[in-house]
Amino acid sequence: MQRPDSQNNNAPSAGRVVLSADDVTRALRRIAHEILEHNRGADDLVVLGIPTRGETLAHRLVAALAAVEDVAVPVGSLDVTMYRDDLRRQPMRAAQPTRIPECGVDDKVVVLVDDVLYSGRTVRAALDALGDIGRPRAVRLAVLVDRGHRELPIRADHVGKNLPTAHSERVHVRLFEDDGADEVRILDQEEVAGR
Amino acid sequence: MKHLLSAADLDKDQVLELLATAEQMHELQDREVKKLPTLRGRTLVNLFFEDSTRTRSSFELAGKWLSADVVNVSAKGSSVSKGESLRDTAQTVAAMGIDGLVIRHPASGAPHQVAQWVDASVVNAGDGTHEHPTQALLDAYTMRRQIGDLAGAHVVIVGDLTHSRVVRSNLILLQTLGARVTLVAPPTLMPSGVQSWSDTDGFATTYDFDEVLPTADVVMMLRVQKERMSGGFFPTPREYTVGYGLTRDRLQRMAKDAVICHPGPMNRGLEITADAADSARSLILGQVSSGVAVRMSVLYHLLGGANV
Repeated sequence: MQRPDSQNNNAPSAGRVVLSADDVTRALRRIAHEILEHNRGADDLVVLGIPTRGETLAHRLVAALAAVEDVAVPVGSLDVTMYRDDLRRQPMRAAQPTRIPECGVDDKVVVLVDDVLYSGRTVRAALDALGDIGRPRAVRLAVLVDRGHRELPIRADHVGKNLPTAHSERVHVRLFEDDGADEVRILDQEEVAGR
Repeated sequence: MKHLLSAADLDKDQVLELLATAEQMHELQDREVKKLPTLRGRTLVNLFFEDSTRTRSSFELAGKWLSADVVNVSAKGSSVSKGESLRDTAQTVAAMGIDGLVIRHPASGAPHQVAQWVDASVVNAGDGTHEHPTQALLDAYTMRRQIGDLAGAHVVIVGDLTHSRVVRSNLILLQTLGARVTLVAPPTLMPSGVQSWSDTDGFATTYDFDEVLPTADVVMMLRVQKERMSGGFFPTPREYTVGYGLTRDRLQRMAKDAVICHPGPMNRGLEITADAADSARSLILGQVSSGVAVRMSVLYHLLGGANV
């Protein structure tokens, strides 16, 4: 009973940095502007992060929204563990908290936030989880990194950085709140193996 | 984790993780759609050789809320009443291709036996006077929600210890979580060899309820199991209540933030008075509502991952 995802993103210094701390901040700031522009303000917005790092990013995104428009957008987290389609292929995963803001999600514009968009399966699970909680007017997706290789017809509405990668490479997102530093690294096959 | 047969199967990290998952499951009960797709396509059989309301129905609900297919088999109305043996019954059910088997049986050790005969994951839902690990988990869960971390907390378990399967599982689990446990019973209901149950400092037994009552953070009252009693264990019910019941008078002598548990079903007026059962300190209804969440967590941990 251990969390397979908790050890992934803590590599100290392997690979090369593709986003620095400043890049991460700028990306979030731009995404905040994009969301407000697209939504014509902050009305009815609800930001939900997918634990662990998506939740951290969600809180930062809400802070960035507040810096632009001086609004307090409701923020929460949405755990997708129970909705994954690969549960039986992997060892037990621990469930993470789901915290839905008081206002609920019915008729809201929900912005899902995750760190890396890859196969799209996590987002598929998130859409199912969201459907059991309520019926949003619209669901949008914001990710820090889109690394390609989609296995489902899913795309992000807001992307911090498009990062073309090979299947064998690995993208490590580190965030200050979870890992002590802000950066995104990319590791090639040998670096993944040698870690 | 393949089976859950005894509270001793779980180390502290596993207990904490089970309880953390139970917390997530608990929030589901406030939702309009109380269903997760997690165990879709898995089949769970509740095999109950003894009567039960809350354990059986909460396992059934737990399985259904996780989208498993749940079948209930009780001894009455099954081939057990035609004389089928435990082994044949278990293997017959297992031959239908099930993933999990929840079993309650009057004989201590029956789930352990069954676990060796079938491929499915086996959950002990109470075996004789031996163990009832999911009850201990939900008790710990309910206590933690009310009083926080149990490390160093003093839990006093009072009543019919000889016939209780709850007490042994609770003792093991509470000690795993670092609590001090004192067992209280009249001499006739104190199990023989009870001193050998634990050799840690945080374990004591006494015949004197009033001596330990003021220091208890949790008072857990156990049911007097009349159906298992064939001899005279105490002269009159009245006398039992005076010595070991949680009366109005004792209620007032409890520590300020102390709470009351009872695994149910209660004999009101015998081991617990209505004042105590319905007081603000009572977690008894909370125990029932936690039952489903805790059992969902157990089923998820046993059946949710890859078969390894």
